[in-house]
Amino acid sequence: MLELKNIHKTFNPGTINEKVALNGVDLKVEEGDFITVIGGNGAGKSTMLNAVAGVWPVDEGSIEIDGNDVTGLPDYKRANLIGRVFQDPMTGTAATMEIEENLALAYRRGKKRTLRWGITHKEKQLFREKLEILQLGLEDRMTAKVGLLSGGQRQALTLLMATLVKPKILLLDEHTAALDPKTAEKVLTATEKVVQKDNLTTLMITHNMKDAITHGNRLIMMNEGRVILDIKGEEKKNLTVEDLLHQFSVTSGEEFASDKALLG
Amino acid sequence: MAYFASLNPAALLKSFPAGVAQGLIWGIVALGVYITFRLLDVADLSVDGTFTTGGAVTVMLVLAGWNPWAAMAIALIAGVVCGTVTGVLHTKLGIPAILAGILTQFALYSINLAIMGMMANKAVSVDKFYLVLSSRSVTQSIVIGAIIAAVIIGALYWYFGTEQGSAIRATGCNSEMSKAQGININNMKIIGLALSNGVVALAGGLMAQFQGFSDINMGRGAIVIGLAAVIIGEVIGDAIAGKKLNFAARLTCVVLGGVVYYMVVVVVLWLKLNSNYLKLFTAIIVAIFLAVPYLQAQSKSSFRKAGKAGRSNAGIKEYS
Repeated sequence: MLELKNIHKTFNPGTINEKVALNGVDLKVEEGDFITVIGGNGAGKSTMLNAVAGVWPVDEGSIEIDGNDVTGLPDYKRANLIGRVFQDPMTGTAATMEIEENLALAYRRGKKRTLRWGITHKEKQLFREKLEILQLGLEDRMTAKVGLLSGGQRQALTLLMATLVKPKILLLDEHTAALDPKTAEKVLTATEKVVQKDNLTTLMITHNMKDAITHGNRLIMMNEGRVILDIKGEEKKNLTVEDLLHQFSVTSGEEFASDKALLG
Repeated sequence: MAYFASLNPAALLKSFPAGVAQGLIWGIVALGVYITFRLLDVADLSVDGTFTTGGAVTVMLVLAGWNPWAAMAIALIAGVVCGTVTGVLHTKLGIPAILAGILTQFALYSINLAIMGMMANKAVSVDKFYLVLSSRSVTQSIVIGAIIAAVIIGALYWYFGTEQGSAIRATGCNSEMSKAQGININNMKIIGLALSNGVVALAGGLMAQFQGFSDINMGRGAIVIGLAAVIIGEVIGDAIAGKKLNFAARLTCVVLGGVVYYMVVVVVLWLKLNSNYLKLFTAIIVAIFLAVPYLQAQSKSSFRKAGKAGRSNAGIKEYS
């Protein structure tokens, strides 16, 4: 479904701020995989997701989504294949536009924007049904501006927008990290529901090792711009946080240095 | 006393209709400015140039025997081209939006002169040519101006409700999200700037006909007057209906803002204040209205306030 081959990306090359963010990432994601991605700060998790999304061109390597080589396409040209939810709840939605307008924009993801009316009556009906699934009461506030919603509501809406048209791959970049624990739990539950219902191929970054273990069928750990661990199937099911920490120090030769990952 | 005796209320009433007519034209400019300033979140300074371009093109074509409506259509297209230039400078060549607008405006000074045959102004007499409106027949001008404004409002309401128009609004609001939804934000910005400048150039064509000439300086400050109209219109809209106005009603308020602005100008002129200070007054008014929302937010949460509250609680002296 998604194949990354030898991806390299260096930011600010040739300057004092040079940073090798991705250093030869190889990853083959099968259809229906729900992969959780963990790793310390600066390990390259977000960079990998941004490479898939096409935020900037990679320096080396190739990216294939569902048999299409998208390496040479900017983000908006591969958006038809990808659903994204960002860490910052403000990023995924247009605050000054109505809930239903945001959904209508997402419903046309990757399609040509024509001079037809931006939202149809039939779509409003569909959006209402979809919003009901979230159980946040948003179905009764469809003409409210998104800027009036809480962070959790906005994140749930972004999730709905990312999956309204079934994406070939869903990218979740620590999408619950900016929420309070209770709301984060809700959004995570909604995520699980949506992913299972449509059997979405998903990459989810999380700082929380417990979440990484509980969710998904496969777990990868990144360090210094590479995938250093790839655990799937039965092995993943029996995984504990201690196992992960041990694996990390064995593979990378250093201690896992992120309190947030341990405590969160 | 002599000053007050010299003020004639009848003269003020008499000059109101002409003020309304010109106010409507500035209201149309404000519609163009609204597209960039509010929808795209860009202050586009090219309108100072394109307003003149619209006037110059219209006058020259009418002088060449064109029908004024056709002439204004060409003026609109000329404005679209100018806006596209600003858009390309900004998006494809990476020049900051404000600077891109200034460059276009600067270049247009030469181009506008060239359009007018290297003359600083060109007269077009309503006695010799058929014009859409003229200061000679103010009532007709008001009717025509209002109809054109209404048509433009209708067109903008439709366009910004379409898939493409929604994409432009999304681009202005959140470019990250727009890209994630597959929107080509560069193209959307160019289209928005082109549309805005087209509307402004059309208004320039109307103004040139109304005053009977085009002038190389007629567009000077169009962006500020347009902003003033947008802001006044929004204040009026909020006063009438709170924040719940739909898009068409909001645009109507923007046009009304242009009329109110020009009414103020009429009163200032009537008071025999030196009209050379008009631009200063306008700038001050716009600065105040732009500053008010910021200052309101500040008054709710400022260091000074926090410091005062903290001191009064703890009973300590100010740190200095």
